[in-house]
Amino acid sequence: MTLIEKIHSTTPTHRETDAGGSRGLRVRGLHKVLGGRTIIDNLDLTVQDGELVSLLGPSGCGKTTTLRMIAGFLAPDAGSIQVHDREVSALGAEKRPSAMVFQNYALWPHMTVVKNVGFPLKLRRLGKKEIEQRVDAVLALVNLLHHKHSRPARISGGEQQRVALARALVQEPELLLLDEPLSNLDAKLRVKVREDIREIQQRLGITTLIVTHDQEEAMSMSDRIAVMNAGKIEQFSRPAELYSRPETEFVATFIGSLNRIEGSLVNGAVVPGDDVIGIRPEDVVFTLHASFDARPAVVERVVPHGHFHEIYLKRDDATLRAFASGLPPAPGDRGHAAIQNALTFRQGRLVTTGGVAL
Amino acid sequence: MTMITKRARKSAARLSFSGPLSGLFFVLMVVFILGPLAWLGIRAFAESWTFPNLGPDGWTLRWWSVVLGDETLGRAVQNSLALAALTVLVSACICLPAAYAFARYEFWGRRTFLIGLFALNAFPKMGLYVTIASLFYALNLMGTVMGVLIVHVLGTVVFMTWIPAAAFAAVPRSLEEAARDAGATKLRVFISVTFPLALPGILVAAVMSFLASFDEAQGTYLIGAPDIMTMPTQMYTLVLNYPNQVAAVFSILLAIPSVALLLAAHKHIVGGTLAEGFQIK
Repeated sequence: MTLIEKIHSTTPTHRETDAGGSRGLRVRGLHKVLGGRTIIDNLDLTVQDGELVSLLGPSGCGKTTTLRMIAGFLAPDAGSIQVHDREVSALGAEKRPSAMVFQNYALWPHMTVVKNVGFPLKLRRLGKKEIEQRVDAVLALVNLLHHKHSRPARISGGEQQRVALARALVQEPELLLLDEPLSNLDAKLRVKVREDIREIQQRLGITTLIVTHDQEEAMSMSDRIAVMNAGKIEQFSRPAELYSRPETEFVATFIGSLNRIEGSLVNGAVVPGDDVIGIRPEDVVFTLHASFDARPAVVERVVPHGHFHEIYLKRDDATLRAFASGLPPAPGDRGHAAIQNALTFRQGRLVTTGGVAL
Repeated sequence: MTMITKRARKSAARLSFSGPLSGLFFVLMVVFILGPLAWLGIRAFAESWTFPNLGPDGWTLRWWSVVLGDETLGRAVQNSLALAALTVLVSACICLPAAYAFARYEFWGRRTFLIGLFALNAFPKMGLYVTIASLFYALNLMGTVMGVLIVHVLGTVVFMTWIPAAAFAAVPRSLEEAARDAGATKLRVFISVTFPLALPGILVAAVMSFLASFDEAQGTYLIGAPDIMTMPTQMYTLVLNYPNQVAAVFSILLAIPSVALLLAAHKHIVGGTLAEGFQIK
């Protein structure tokens, strides 16, 4: 099915799972050393056909380097990169079946929107008429037909972003790469654009890899998330699982908020030990009256976050942060705090969750 | 109106200070910049103008007919224009690839070469030309177009390398990468993205090189005279042989191409679509 047909079809495109082999992206043993430092350490990654995967990690973890190697701007020291069963690691960026949306959009300022989007097709020596049709179709998809003849400098950041997306989509890539696509947009627009990207990706059924440092962005868009740290993938799983069952201490602290306490949890109380326990703030419950498992606690600080409050609680065994909605307690209030759920890590790896041994 | 001129006007408005100080500043500027030009303009039409008199003794077009009637002048104008155009062309062919290399590649001795380009301008010109002349005698280049051309090109190397190098370096790499990603070969990336974006800088360098070549007198005189005379070297001859009103006429003639070129370049570089492109974030 061509892009134009896909755009005009109303039903979402289903993943074409070939029995013949693995379509999508397959990265095996990717390795890169820059300046004597290992940036990417023997990395494996598989993105299924039609799947949207986020590479999530702090700055300097190697996520952008990985993306640039997949796009072909950087040569890996070792490893294989396969797109739709074809080895591409020896090819230059211009020969790869992937298209990239750059962080700063990288629109050519001396070309109009139409020229920007049509340039990849012009390079393919397509006929004028076909170029026009395909550019119009993709501009309609990103809702930018009215800006056809504007220059990139004359349109807003969100519109520039959509032009960059259109320029990638018009190539009908087998793999769509997005490098921090939303980082230059303001908060409101970011939410809208990420929904737009997800919707278009679903409609076209296009295999997509997104690099981001924003966990909320990754959580809300992705089918699966690969959390990267120090050149390695720490965990690769569905967003919900990443939050509820982080496999390593790094993932637990990086995703969401966490009370990190050294020791272990015995009958709802923290006792000193070699392990590390992680408690999500929403799993700490503060009540004014005593209850099962709860221990006396004093409210030290209340930080408002709009629709909820972050409460710092001092217990005799530990200081805990809790999230509370509704009317917040005041600093100095005495009550009881219970730990309802906890993750236990031994040498950085998850051993129990909620008191159940793995 | 482009954003740039708007912005420039706004900041100019902020900078201006009111009161007598700004008035004085304005008068001084007029006197220092326009004064000599006015003197030149009056002089070109003056019968004679001697010391105690505030104005010229009478008006005449005689000096213009002297200059325009001089048959060597026509050839000098032709020589100057052709030589300047040729200089820009040759200089661009030699220096633009060098500028691109300086901007985009890291190689041994890069900084030394880049700084070394200034060495040419660090020496007193005449001393340099005398040395070049002795070399040219040996190579039979004295009095030849080739010899004069080499001297002119040497004078433009710094402009033609430094300014385009900065222009090439200012083209964001991601714009080139985006073109690669879209399927363009390295050559195509240069033609479609890098060159058009660096064009304003290259044009500035070309204009400056043209003017430098157009005004070049010392080297041309030493290497080319008397066979190859350009407007500036012809001016030496005229000034020595005629009253100084002729020099004034000649100065005005010499300024016409320069001013015309600057105005044209100004329109295209500052006000045109080329400047617009650089407002992208």
